[in-house]
Amino acid sequence: MMTICETNVAKIEAICEEYNHDKGELINVLHKTQNTFGYLPEEVQEIIAENLHTSLAQVYGVVSFYSFFTMTPKGKHPINICKGTACYVRGAEKIIDEFRNLLDINIGETTKDEKFSLSSLRCIGACGLAPVVLVGDKVYGRVTLDSVKEILEEYE
Amino acid sequence: MDTISIKIDNKNFQVEKGTTILDAAKSVGINIPTLCYMHLHDLNTTHNPTGCRICVVEVVGRKNLVPACATECLPGMEIKNQTIRVLNSRKTILELILSDHPTDCLICAKNGDCDLQSMAQQMGIREIHYKGDQSHYIKDTSPAIKRDMDKCIGCRRCVTMCNEIQTVGALSSINRGFMSVVAPAFQMNLEDSVCTYCGQCVAVCPTAALTEVDHTNLVIRALADPNKTVIVQTAPAVRVALGEEFGYEPGTIITGKMTAALKDMGFDYVFDTDFAADLTIMEEATELLDRLTRHINGDITVKLPLLTSCCPAWVNFFEHQFPDMKDIPSTARSPQQMFGSIAKTYFADKLGIKRENMVVVSIMPCLAKKYECSREEFKTNGNPDVDFVLSTRELARLIKQTSIDFESLEPVEFDHPMGESSGAGVIFGTTGGVIEAAVRTAYETFTKQKLHKVDFKQLRGMEWIRESTIDFNGTPIKIGIAHGLGNARKLLQEIREGKSQYHAIEIMACPGGCIGGGGQPLHHGDSTILLARQKALYSEDKAKVIRKSHENPSIQKLYAEFLGKPMSEKAHELLHTHYFDKSNHVEISKD
Repeated sequence: MMTICETNVAKIEAICEEYNHDKGELINVLHKTQNTFGYLPEEVQEIIAENLHTSLAQVYGVVSFYSFFTMTPKGKHPINICKGTACYVRGAEKIIDEFRNLLDINIGETTKDEKFSLSSLRCIGACGLAPVVLVGDKVYGRVTLDSVKEILEEYE
Repeated sequence: MDTISIKIDNKNFQVEKGTTILDAAKSVGINIPTLCYMHLHDLNTTHNPTGCRICVVEVVGRKNLVPACATECLPGMEIKNQTIRVLNSRKTILELILSDHPTDCLICAKNGDCDLQSMAQQMGIREIHYKGDQSHYIKDTSPAIKRDMDKCIGCRRCVTMCNEIQTVGALSSINRGFMSVVAPAFQMNLEDSVCTYCGQCVAVCPTAALTEVDHTNLVIRALADPNKTVIVQTAPAVRVALGEEFGYEPGTIITGKMTAALKDMGFDYVFDTDFAADLTIMEEATELLDRLTRHINGDITVKLPLLTSCCPAWVNFFEHQFPDMKDIPSTARSPQQMFGSIAKTYFADKLGIKRENMVVVSIMPCLAKKYECSREEFKTNGNPDVDFVLSTRELARLIKQTSIDFESLEPVEFDHPMGESSGAGVIFGTTGGVIEAAVRTAYETFTKQKLHKVDFKQLRGMEWIRESTIDFNGTPIKIGIAHGLGNARKLLQEIREGKSQYHAIEIMACPGGCIGGGGQPLHHGDSTILLARQKALYSEDKAKVIRKSHENPSIQKLYAEFLGKPMSEKAHELLHTHYFDKSNHVEISKD
């Protein structure tokens, strides 16, 4: 059986209350809940389903449909690699591969020590600096294969 | 009726205003092929997600083809159903669907009864021009239902049945694009989900993505074992539906032929679940009167309304979703389980054999019965009261496998003593039937007067929720009836909120009751089939000499020889049960 603590249940209930426990507001409730917890684990979805009087399968259906929603916790330092056109042609794919090799995780995953998570996004409007990598809110421009290791070392 | 003029394939027609192209075409005898679409007219249910696009037609003046199932007819609309463009598009669409579908039709469980296969045949598909990835999923087998999602074509009919009609919420569409599939939450196994095994998903699945767990081989093995006495019981709804599998009109009563086929197959005794239905009424009606009398005498601890408990999917439903109300339903076991329990005690004693050497097989219109017989509380020292359950469809397959010429069979009577039944037992197979049977017995017991008019037409019908007040000689008894679990939910919520006025409520999980069960011959969207089966049950009831459960002489003998009286200690031990809280709630911990 899954467990969740009272405080977190209260937080989810408050969000559902804000949307009048209306199941039509499921996506908004999920957005806000993910903002609060960083991700949407199974037990959180169960509490949402109960509060919106809908089924767990329906909630999971929506969570699994939209790529914005995630069921894995993000790392302490979330890494985002831009795959917009400019970054892509300047080798973003190879940069991604290098991060995957060094961290031993795939896109959408988090390292075992929960320090780093890896995801990609589309164009952050800094094409002049392509390829671009974000770690948390910090932007790294003109990233090369060699600099990937250096970036990670900053967070050791 | 307001009508409008439209043209289909250059012919002028007057059709009802506001209808879809599909319905309009149908009303003038023109067939437009459909695949994902499903319309159950008599149950007021339409499913048209426009997902498959097989029903596309050309509308003059519009650039793109439109789905006929969801496009409204407008005055003067010119529709083309037979142009090369339309026919080629449909073929392309079907080939694309088939390109992600296994082609093992010869050994598929739905061979000959598959909507996709029929469509491929109808469109003359001889080659699939598109080669691409095929989806592969882990097969999921529960005690009643098998999921093979490699065969899912994404029509979502099951999702509509599970969520809209049944409000069970076990299945949902998950993921997106090519990865999209129908599954329980977190892709858990059906067995771990809130599934009730009602089987309505199976009843509407166009392919073999959802099928029943097949027990025919286990039954064949038991029949071949010389050390086993194999007895069979047949549920009321089977006899009015089995014929469809052999080309008979829906609603043809083939009870005698079915019995003959079972005898030919080698069952040692062919009995009737209707006998056990009569037994159920003895217990359930007594329980109802006990609660009513105590209620009338001012006992405020009495739980009312009494809810019927014959339907195993319904039992699963309240155990999962309304566990706080699990002391309201009758504690009477279902007829299937009462039969098994009596067969392996009373009847085994009569034969002088051990229960381990007796195999009880049930023929049921139901898939949840497969799960029900596996419940631990219905076993003695690990030996189940009912060993195997075959659906109506499985029985038909077994009859075909054994090369029995069904049509030429001479009708045979059920064996005694567990083959004797009243008309009240027969109508257990339809919505409204259980409560009508209970009323027939409860009335006479309560009023101590003879009931001359046994037909309670006010309890019959196909409306989702029905209610009626029956006059028990001055005491008004309020009855509620619901079929389809979504409707049961409405009545349960009323009870939870303290608003329910009923004394007794009958609930059946499947639309129409057992006649529309998940194990019945597939209706392929034709809900008139359910009406025909229902009518047949009432005519079978009418033809019976005995029409009240308590007048069944074999039942009277069973109480005299073995059980004592209804709700006796022995009856409690063998014929009653208790329910469990199956709500898998998250555990909430202190911080």
